[in-house]
Amino acid sequence: MSKILEGLKYSESHEWVKAEGNVAYIGVTDFAQKEMGDITYVDMPEEGDDVLAGEEFGALESVKASSELISPVSGVVLAANTELEDAPEKVNEDAFGSWIIKVEMSNAAELDALMDAAGYKAHIGE
Amino acid sequence: MSELQNTEALKLTCLYEEHLALQAKMSPFAGFMMPIQYSSITQEHNAVRHKAGMFDVSHMGEIFVEGPEAEAFVNHIFTNEIRGFGPGKVLYGMMCYPDGGTVDDLLVYREFEADHFLLVVNAANIDKDFAWIEEHAKGFNCKVVNASADWGQIAVQGPEAEKAVIEVLGFKEAAALGFYTFCDVTYNGKRLILSRTGYTGEDGFELYTTTDNTVEIWKRLLAAGVEPCGLGCRDTLRFEAGLPLYGDELSPEISPVMAGLGMFCKYDKDFIGKEALLDQKAGNIARKLVGIEIEDKAIPRAGYPVELEDGREVGIVTTGYHSISLDKSVCFALVDKEFAALDTLLSIRIRKKTFPGKVVKKRFYQTNYKK
Repeated sequence: MSKILEGLKYSESHEWVKAEGNVAYIGVTDFAQKEMGDITYVDMPEEGDDVLAGEEFGALESVKASSELISPVSGVVLAANTELEDAPEKVNEDAFGSWIIKVEMSNAAELDALMDAAGYKAHIGE
Repeated sequence: MSELQNTEALKLTCLYEEHLALQAKMSPFAGFMMPIQYSSITQEHNAVRHKAGMFDVSHMGEIFVEGPEAEAFVNHIFTNEIRGFGPGKVLYGMMCYPDGGTVDDLLVYREFEADHFLLVVNAANIDKDFAWIEEHAKGFNCKVVNASADWGQIAVQGPEAEKAVIEVLGFKEAAALGFYTFCDVTYNGKRLILSRTGYTGEDGFELYTTTDNTVEIWKRLLAAGVEPCGLGCRDTLRFEAGLPLYGDELSPEISPVMAGLGMFCKYDKDFIGKEALLDQKAGNIARKLVGIEIEDKAIPRAGYPVELEDGREVGIVTTGYHSISLDKSVCFALVDKEFAALDTLLSIRIRKKTFPGKVVKKRFYQTNYKK
């Protein structure tokens, strides 16, 4: 069973969003990190880059495969979690504690299109 | 599991139930349902580098060639020279098309019985190879038998492989075997080929025997603590050791000469593809396989473009990883021959970014074979 946190929003491509006002923290779910296996590299955008809902903003790399990161919301990157540059395994260890980017949302209404914890639980079929 | 419609046609090895019992992550490979990993690729990789790991390689093909003209025939389809290499020896080489493209890479075993050879071929190519071999055997007095379904195979690899084979399985003969030699032993009254070969860059053995024996040996090694290893780390290990994988670094379009495997082609004999390979060796070749190391943790994957500083595309990545044993991002790439020299500056495009790197030797890892 994968861990799912109440109070977060979820995308079909397994990103989570934690909104605090207009600021969104974005990471990947516990289900996603399990599917990936050992994560060896996180490809992240830089501060000031634009991200668009539904579009790629980076990638997770495991030994065997790379998996695109899709932004659940639109906005401007306030910060990337540079701690993951040297310690990508933190995503495996604590997927919900390891945000990847922090975004100032340009349209917070986009959150309404995402799933809640119950919806995401059904989505991954667990 | 994107190819559900093909699942029914997938073959299973004799160890399939063991993989399920170990809750391996399974995936289709070369027409077989195979274990990709049991614990994690990194853990399994490190077990082989530092202790001992075992692989189910029962999907590999075993083709026997025997008869008065078996030697002449095998030498006719094989790039390496089998004359003068005696019983109990194993030789690596390729079979090529007349244009030099690669049919397959394989091991040839000269058996202890006169005029008997065993050819061990890639799982994905068994049917193609068998058809190729049968067709070309027509003019020779020899018999060709595809016995792939009757044989199981386990590879035991790593610095503690010899200890496992001797102490757990009781094969004392292992101690005297040099690299690329084999002997015949008996296990439960059935033949077992004990071969000091492998595909990891470490010392180790490959054990060919009946499917029943294979299951029993797997269980005994597992109980003794030998790490079960999947195809995931088989690829990371062989890659670091500079070993090619058919389909990535060798193919009908990629000849042994392009792949830098010319030392396994011997030209003082006739074999299919010789003229084309000699021509390529003389310089008539567009691309060569190189190693490239980049200065970043980003991972060059198969299919990513190789570029010059000005953005001109001069090649393509065939296999790439962030090397587990070296902690460096490295890849094999086919590049235009004028950019194949060591230390040539080449970049890899990874998604939206370009990462500078340089040409390095393909053997990224210092191998530890038994002398």
